[in-house]
Amino acid sequence: MEFDPFVLHLVRVLHVISGVMWIGLLWYLNFVQVPTMPKIPDEMKPAIGKHIAPAVLFWFRWGAASTVLFGLILAWMQGTLGAWLSIGFADGSFVSAMIGIAMWFGLIMAFNVWFVIWPNQKIALGIVDAPDEAKPKSARRAMLFSRTNTLLSIPMLYGMVAAQNSPF
Amino acid sequence: MKNPLESLHMTVVLGVVLTVIMVLVAQGIAG
Repeated sequence: MEFDPFVLHLVRVLHVISGVMWIGLLWYLNFVQVPTMPKIPDEMKPAIGKHIAPAVLFWFRWGAASTVLFGLILAWMQGTLGAWLSIGFADGSFVSAMIGIAMWFGLIMAFNVWFVIWPNQKIALGIVDAPDEAKPKSARRAMLFSRTNTLLSIPMLYGMVAAQNSPF
Repeated sequence: MKNPLESLHMTVVLGVVLTVIMVLVAQGIAG
């Protein structure tokens, strides 16, 4: 099936814009918010926990969902979904291997966002009812999976960007 | 032992190491 090049272009742009939203907020959380929290006076902390963090997490998780959705649609429209999901074993190409590995890192990261980080942040931020002693445990679990995603975001972005212009 | 992911610097270093491994694996798959 052949798709109009403009539609392909539009889906690619939406994929990239969604990805910037997602990874931008992931890096904001890990490089700015989490390391700065201990320096914020106690009376000001509720501003982060009750207002800023819930808004960040809203755009963060929906950014993750739309990045994956538009990425999968783009791969399917280009006819490369199978080659990429097989990390290049289907066609033996370096581009498919790089994008494919990056794609799997992205899928793992999106899974972490929706099924580990968000449920634990809901407990830690008091968005859902939970015993007080569960909050520190949930906050730590959410932080460690957020760090895992930060780790994976480096090869994920490199694989996506460098697949087609790698000097290696 | 402290979890290396508790350190932001170590997280970035591990991310770079994983990137190098990814390139080597991709080259291996491409033959």
